[in-house]
Amino acid sequence: MSVNMKNVLGIVFANMHDMTVESLTQKRTMGSILFGGRYRLIDFPLSNMVNSGISNVGVVTKHNYQSLLDHMGNGRSWDLSRKTGGLHILPPFGSNESTLYRGRLEALYGAISFLMHAPQEYIVMSDCDVVANIDYRPIVDYHIESGADITVVTSTGKLSAYETKQSTFMTVDSQNRVQDVLIHSGLEGTGALNLNMYVVKKDLLLDIVKSNISKGLYSFERDVLQAKKKELRIMSYDYQGYFRQIFSILSYFNANMDLLDVKNCRTLFNTSSPIYTKLKDNAPVKYGLDSKVTNSLIADGCVIDGEVENCVLFRGVKIGKGSVVKNSILMQDTVVGENAKIDYAITDKNVVVSNDRNLSSSETFPIYVAKDACV
Amino acid sequence: MFNKKEIVAMLLAGGQGSRLYALTKQIAKPAVPYGGKYRIIDFPLSNCINSGIDTVGVLTQYQPLAMNDYIGNGQPWDLDRNTGGVHILAPYQSQQGAEWYKGTANAIYQNLSFIERYDPEYVVILSGDHIYKMDYSEMLRYHKEKNADCTIAVLDVDLEEASRFGIMFAHDDGEIYDFVEKPKEPKSTLASMGIYIFSFDVLKKYLTDNENDKREDNSKDFGKDIIPMMLADNKRLYAYRFDGYWKDVGTIDSLWEANMDLINPNIPIDLYDPTWKIYSRNPVMPPQSIGKNAKIQNSMVTEGCTIDGTVDFSMISDGVTIEEGAVVTDSILMPGVVVKSGAVVEYAIVGENSVIGENAKVGERPENVENRDEWGVAVIGHEITISNGAKIKPKEIIGENK
Repeated sequence: MSVNMKNVLGIVFANMHDMTVESLTQKRTMGSILFGGRYRLIDFPLSNMVNSGISNVGVVTKHNYQSLLDHMGNGRSWDLSRKTGGLHILPPFGSNESTLYRGRLEALYGAISFLMHAPQEYIVMSDCDVVANIDYRPIVDYHIESGADITVVTSTGKLSAYETKQSTFMTVDSQNRVQDVLIHSGLEGTGALNLNMYVVKKDLLLDIVKSNISKGLYSFERDVLQAKKKELRIMSYDYQGYFRQIFSILSYFNANMDLLDVKNCRTLFNTSSPIYTKLKDNAPVKYGLDSKVTNSLIADGCVIDGEVENCVLFRGVKIGKGSVVKNSILMQDTVVGENAKIDYAITDKNVVVSNDRNLSSSETFPIYVAKDACV
Repeated sequence: MFNKKEIVAMLLAGGQGSRLYALTKQIAKPAVPYGGKYRIIDFPLSNCINSGIDTVGVLTQYQPLAMNDYIGNGQPWDLDRNTGGVHILAPYQSQQGAEWYKGTANAIYQNLSFIERYDPEYVVILSGDHIYKMDYSEMLRYHKEKNADCTIAVLDVDLEEASRFGIMFAHDDGEIYDFVEKPKEPKSTLASMGIYIFSFDVLKKYLTDNENDKREDNSKDFGKDIIPMMLADNKRLYAYRFDGYWKDVGTIDSLWEANMDLINPNIPIDLYDPTWKIYSRNPVMPPQSIGKNAKIQNSMVTEGCTIDGTVDFSMISDGVTIEEGAVVTDSILMPGVVVKSGAVVEYAIVGENSVIGENAKVGERPENVENRDEWGVAVIGHEITISNGAKIKPKEIIGENK
C-alpha cells in the first residue's frame, strides 16, 4: 500500500532548538542557520517534503524570523509557489490563537485554523535541527501499516551521555512500539534517538492539541509522548540513512566538516532528490594565480587568492593573497584580507578579517565571529 | 493602454552557429554553455533586465528545444511578468502560408504583431551571439538626445580586424553617413556590434518596404538591406560608441578566448559586480568538492563539481568531475563532463556530459607541435565518450561516438 502524498500536510518548526546554538541564532531562527556552503537548515525539511510529494507546507515561526522570510520568499525555490497549497508562513500573532508559544503544542494551537482548513488527512512534522536527505513516503506508509497513532522518526544506536543530555531518546519493544521516553536524560546507553520528525493523523493531532492546551500543557515530548505512551500507540521508525543532528555549536561545526568527505556530500546532496535553496546568481568560483585549495567545500561566488584547507566556504567569500585558512567555516560574504591566518573558526555572514590578522583556536572549541563583525 | 511599453527588445537567437561545428549540432548558438554556468544568451537577457527592459521577444528557428527549455517562463532573468516578460517567437503558419525566417529583418517583420501589442516608441534589436555587459538605457537616452531614427552601437576595432565587421563612417557628432558590410579594405574602424535601437514607426516602415522589394539580391537583413535603405533616404542614423568588453563567439577560437578572458584579470569583464549581475538558470547542485589531491589555479570552477586532479587556466562548468591524477589545462569543460584519472586535456573544449577515459589525451600545447598550422583547439562534442588511452589530436573535432 502506498499513500497518496497529496493527502499529507507538512509542518516545519523553524524556531525549535534555537537555544542549543545560541550564538548562531542571535539574529535568526534555527531554520535560517547557514549550512553546507549554500544552504539553510530549513532547506532540508522543505526539500525532503517536496521530494516526497508533499505540496502543502506550513512553517511555524516564533521570533527573529526576518532572515527566514527573506530566504523563503514565496517558496518558488522549493517549487512551493502554488495555486493550491504551497508554502504558508505561520508567525506568532498571525491569528487569535497564536502567541509566543512555550512548546510544540502551543505552537500547533497557534496554527489551528490553518490545520483545520487544510484538506489533508495526515501530517508530517519536522524541526530544523537534523540535516538529512530523507524520503517521507515509506515513513507515512509505515505509519499507516503499523496502525500507529504517532510515528516518531528515530535513529537507533549507542548514545553518549553528552548526546542524551542534548536530546531525547526512546526505548522500544520488538515491534518498535515506544516503551519509554527519556528527555535530556544524560544517561549513556543504546536507544532510539528522536530526530524530531513525526507522522500523525490530523484529526488526532487536533484532539491532542486542544485537550492539552485546555489543561495548560504545552510540551509534545513530555505531555504527549512521555505521558501518553500507554494510551497512544506510538511507533518508532528507525531511519538508517545519513544524518547529522545539530544540538551545539560543536556539532554544527562537525556536521559541516563531515561534508568534506565526498561520500557524505554526495549522499546528502544526491541528484535524484536534490536539496533546494534560494538562488543567488553568483558567478563560478575564481581561483587566482597563487591559490591553493585542498579538501574543501566551496560555494559559487568565491574568489580565492590564498590557501584553503579543510574548509567550508559559503557563497561570495573572498580570500586575499598570502592568507591561510584552515579547518574553518566561513559564511556568506566573509572577506579575508591578505596574509591573515585563520584556524578553527566560524565566521558568520559579512565578517571582515583584516590583513595580517591571526585567528586561531582548536578542534574542540572553534572560535565564533558574529555577523557583520570586523576583526 | 494597459499593455503599453516604451521599449521592446527583439533578440535574434535562431542562429545555427555552423562554425562551432559539433558544439551546435543539437543546440542553437545562443544556447551554447559559456563561462561555467551561463549560456551565451544570458548576457543579452541580463543586460535587458538590468537596463530596465522587461519585454523581450526571443526569435528562435534552429534547434529550439534546448533554448525553449532553458528560457522557460523567464523567471531566472526576472522576466516572468504580468505584462511583457520574455516570449519565444518561433516561425509560424498563417493564412498566407508558413515561412521560415529569411534573414534578420524578415524575422522581425514576421513578428511585427508581437511588437505592436505593446505599442512601443522604440525597439532594440539584439543578437544572441555576443558576450558583453551594456546598459541599453544609456543607448536609448543617446537615441532620444540625437532625435535619431536608428542608433547603432559601435566598437572601435583594430584596422586589421575591421574587415570582419559591418563598418560605419560617422561625423564627429556621431551621425552615420556611410556603411560598408565586411569591407576588404576598411577605411574606418567603427564596427557595428549588431545592436540597433529603432524608433518603431521608422522600423515598421522600412521592414515593410523591404518585404515589398522584390529585387533578387534582397537578403532581408539589417546590415545588408535596412541600414543602406535608410542611409539612402537620409534618415537620422547615429553611432553609439561602446568601449567595454564585447566579444563575438561565433568560432571555436573565439569561444575559447571568450572563456579565457573571464579568467584573465586584465580583461575588463566582471561577473562579480553585484550591480550588474548576469543571471542564468541555475542548476540545483551542491557546492564544489575540492579533494585532498586537487591543485587548482587561474581557473573558474562551478558548483556541483568534484575536483581531485590538477586544473590550470581552465573554465570548469557545473557538475564536472576531474579525478585524481587527471590534468586539465587551458581548456573549457562544459556541464557534466567527467575526466577520468590519468587523462590529460590541453587546449580543448569538451561538450556537455562527455567522458574522457582513463589516460586519454585530448589536445596539445602549441609549443609541442612542430607545424603550427596543424595546431588548434581540440573539440569534443556533447555526450561523447573518449575511450581509455585514446589520443585526440589538436584541432580535431569529434562530433559523434566512434
